[in-house]
Amino acid sequence: MTRKRRRLTIVLLGMLALGGATALVLAAFEDNLVFFYSPTDIATKPVPKDRRLRVGGIVVDGSLQRERDGVTVAFVLTDLATTLPVRYKGVLPDLFREGQGIVAQGRLGTDGTFAADEVLAKHDENYMPPEVANALRKSGQWKGEGAR
Amino acid sequence: MLHRFANPARFLRIAAVVQPWCAAICALALAAGLYVAFFASPPDYQQGETVRIMYVHVPAAWMALFAYAAIALAAAVGLIWRHPLAFVAAGAAAPIGAAFTAICLATGSLWGKPMWGTWWVWDARLTSVLVLLFLYLGLIALRHAFDDSDRGERAAAVLALVGAVNLPIIKFSVDWWNTLHQPASVVKIGGPTIHPAMLTPLLLMAAGFMLFFVVVLLIRIRSELLARRLRALRLAQAHAAEPAAATRGPVLG
Repeated sequence: MTRKRRRLTIVLLGMLALGGATALVLAAFEDNLVFFYSPTDIATKPVPKDRRLRVGGIVVDGSLQRERDGVTVAFVLTDLATTLPVRYKGVLPDLFREGQGIVAQGRLGTDGTFAADEVLAKHDENYMPPEVANALRKSGQWKGEGAR
Repeated sequence: MLHRFANPARFLRIAAVVQPWCAAICALALAAGLYVAFFASPPDYQQGETVRIMYVHVPAAWMALFAYAAIALAAAVGLIWRHPLAFVAAGAAAPIGAAFTAICLATGSLWGKPMWGTWWVWDARLTSVLVLLFLYLGLIALRHAFDDSDRGERAAAVLALVGAVNLPIIKFSVDWWNTLHQPASVVKIGGPTIHPAMLTPLLLMAAGFMLFFVVVLLIRIRSELLARRLRALRLAQAHAAEPAAATRGPVLG
């Protein structure tokens, strides 16, 4: 019985130490584990200006503009605190629309405009049939993306 | 209590009764789940028909995590209490869990291309699930890397426990860091944010996947126990027939 108890103690202490070490490592690398910065991070934190980085946020309603060449788009990203203008040339994903969360990859220009070379759409955790979404919008119960 | 089921002979008797029932319910759940998922459930308001990938992707992801948790538990029981069945169960579950993880990654990639616009990104959720796949492959490889199968099982059990720290990372990666992958929809505080018409096929498929895991696990444990008994019998036979020949290895024909 004592040997079993000793093995149990060793395993439990080992798991505890391992869990603690992992938590410390993850906390230390916190900034490197985020997939994207928010527009507020860009404005307040010392983010690398000369490297490629990702910015995530919601496309501001009514901000999407197509330029004359038909493939370049400009829009404004927001995290509901700070906004960031973005320019992108290329094909937008299916889920890209105003009011939708997206992640743009590219460089921050000197004029404060983010020049994206890749735009990914971010899907939220809400799943529902189209009729339900329409009914919610009509009744003013809408809490999904695009809600103001 | 645990000792009652740790007896291989008793386990084999119980498994022989349980397995056909599980297999029958599994077939029913998968048939109903696939029918509802493909024909009797609505498209999503944003994703359209692509949402149907979720009915395979999410149950596979759940089972990938569940199988690993089961392996880690069995590994701990085997290391601490030396139950004869624990390492057999852990070894039998590893390839099934690896298959679920591979299905999860493949279907997620197929969903990601049309929805996100990319097959793969290195965000915290996707990366930690890829690490899970490598852990599974490591468990399988390590178990067979020793001539002495007891040492292989022991080493794989330690790796299984070490790898268990990855499970909470996978589950909470979408909450701790901002990721491209969406946060949890079903298991979350405040109830599911998924419409009941879509939750039904998801849960049916999840039940089918769970029972599939149980059935395949039982088959694998039973065959492993039978193979061990066969080895022991052959060894005993060789010893009885010609004591000196037994040292030359299994050359009976």
